[in-house]
Amino acid sequence: MTAASPILSLQAVQKMFGPHAAVDSIDLDIAEGEFFTIVGPSGSGKTTLLRMLAGMDQPTSGNILLRGQYINNLPANKRPTCMVFQSLALFPHRTVGQNIEFPLKIRGEDPAKRKARALQLMDLLRLPQNYYSKNVMKCSGGERQRVALARALAYDPQILFFDEPLSAIDYKLRKTLEKELKDIHRETKKTFVYITHSLEEAMVMSDRIGVMRAGKLVQVGTPHEIYSSPNTRFVSEFVGDVNVIPVSLGSKNLLKSGLAPKGLKPPRVPEGFENGHLVIRPEYLRFLAKAGDADNALTGRLYNEYALGSRIQYQVRVGDTVFVVEKLRQQPFTGKLDDDVIIGWDAKDAILVTD
Amino acid sequence: MSPGLRSALPVVLFLIAGFAAPLIAVIWFSFMPARTFSFGGTPTLENYTTIIESSNYISFLWSLGLGAVTVTLLALICYPIAYGLVRIFGKWSTLITLLFTIPLFVSENIRLYGWVLFLIKNGVLLGTIKSVFGVEPESILFTLPAIVLGMVYVYFPFMLFPMTLGISMVPQDTRDAAMDLGASRWQVFREVELPLSMPGILIGCLLTFVLAVGAIAEAKVLGGQQIIPITHDIEIAFTYAQNWPLGAALSVLLMAVVGTLVLIVLRRFNLDQLLGRR
Repeated sequence: MTAASPILSLQAVQKMFGPHAAVDSIDLDIAEGEFFTIVGPSGSGKTTLLRMLAGMDQPTSGNILLRGQYINNLPANKRPTCMVFQSLALFPHRTVGQNIEFPLKIRGEDPAKRKARALQLMDLLRLPQNYYSKNVMKCSGGERQRVALARALAYDPQILFFDEPLSAIDYKLRKTLEKELKDIHRETKKTFVYITHSLEEAMVMSDRIGVMRAGKLVQVGTPHEIYSSPNTRFVSEFVGDVNVIPVSLGSKNLLKSGLAPKGLKPPRVPEGFENGHLVIRPEYLRFLAKAGDADNALTGRLYNEYALGSRIQYQVRVGDTVFVVEKLRQQPFTGKLDDDVIIGWDAKDAILVTD
Repeated sequence: MSPGLRSALPVVLFLIAGFAAPLIAVIWFSFMPARTFSFGGTPTLENYTTIIESSNYISFLWSLGLGAVTVTLLALICYPIAYGLVRIFGKWSTLITLLFTIPLFVSENIRLYGWVLFLIKNGVLLGTIKSVFGVEPESILFTLPAIVLGMVYVYFPFMLFPMTLGISMVPQDTRDAAMDLGASRWQVFREVELPLSMPGILIGCLLTFVLAVGAIAEAKVLGGQQIIPITHDIEIAFTYAQNWPLGAALSVLLMAVVGTLVLIVLRRFNLDQLLGRR
């Protein structure tokens, strides 16, 4: 995916706050036209990283290169990049039109041209044309979102940064706006760098995802790679409900676990693996008629069930360990609560991770 | 009686007794015959006629002019300091704010007499200059600049603190966003910081203007009665001249003029609109 000449390159970028590294030696190339998302829990350093990329903070060490040019100390107003803030940072004393035109006014473009461009962008973002002279604070959350994006696009940046702009919006509208944003990305062909704490959000939109933890990038890959082959327990748990079994490598290439005295059949074992976790996604776990129907099987008690729209999730307790199993709504499991059930999975469907 | 009205009753009664009643008394008194001391006379406009035919308008102009000059100077002096308190001085802000606040604990008159000692011939300033450099410049005491100095000094906190509040209400994100969209520091100031801190500036200006127009001690103490502001005329009418109705009429006129000016300004700069709430 990484192009021959990336638009943005980070080389050992580090940001210290006192003795604490908020961003800890990050190397990353972002390709031209890519939708790249950085995901991490709060405090993982993703906002600090983005502020350095946008020019609002300077790295303590390392290099940031834009098309090969060193830009560490280039201030935000001199960079051909633009950011959509978490708070949106709209100018409350201005109308929708004045907000969108702001970068053009700063550049000294003439009012007629400015207005034409603003109306064009409002059209692109499906804002009604009569909103041009509406006070921006009277717009709804979703409309403000679009105004903020239109204002950033009016700057005509080479890279657009997004600092969790959808985090304050309710679930249903967020889902709509995520897709819209991806459409806008397609439409404008610009490079988007997005940060969020929601991997689910990242999955919907991104070409590639980088997962951050404690200032470090722990994994970079396509949404599919992050989902299907997480390299750590941390990444695997970030995607949503997973079943995690602590294991160690035993004899005869079987995994030792307190849950299965006979050992578990592993997927491909990474070189040098000794201790770690076996990760099984809920949709790969299934209810078995008898233990031999899958490579691995465990006996437990059906504790509860939850309807998740198109799927149903079942909670099964094996001893004190909780497992979640998912089935499609059309093919529900017919067992009753408190029944003894056998759950199992095929060796190839699980993932072995360290940490 | 609705629960809301019942809850508001104590405040309503207090405001009627403490605010509305004296105001109505003054207004009513301004229509009483000159040099009378009772509310029972036949209402007349003679006090207002007297004022229009007299030279009181000069005092009015002095008061309004001094108020305007004071407000202008305070706005120019206080904005940079307020900006520094919010954005630059950091941990020193608290200490600096405290230093600006402490003089308020001392009576205004005592502070003004302090200025007299400082500015007077052979005083702290001129005496020191004389003994060190051997020259003796003219004292500005008992001149117009001394009055303006005193007013700027006394009303300084009343401009500074609303302005500080106004500037601190400008969200940091809007500054960052403006800069990110290509604005220079000056453009960020002109397009974002200044308009967004306007409510604080405006409240500071209105507050200091109303106070400065009502000022009396500065002209008396530092101006040596070279200049007679309207407040001084009102005082004379109530005391030496023993003409309460005339004093009341002057007060009513002052309130009307200042009230009109404030309303014009508030209409011109709608606070809610400035804050983006309209």
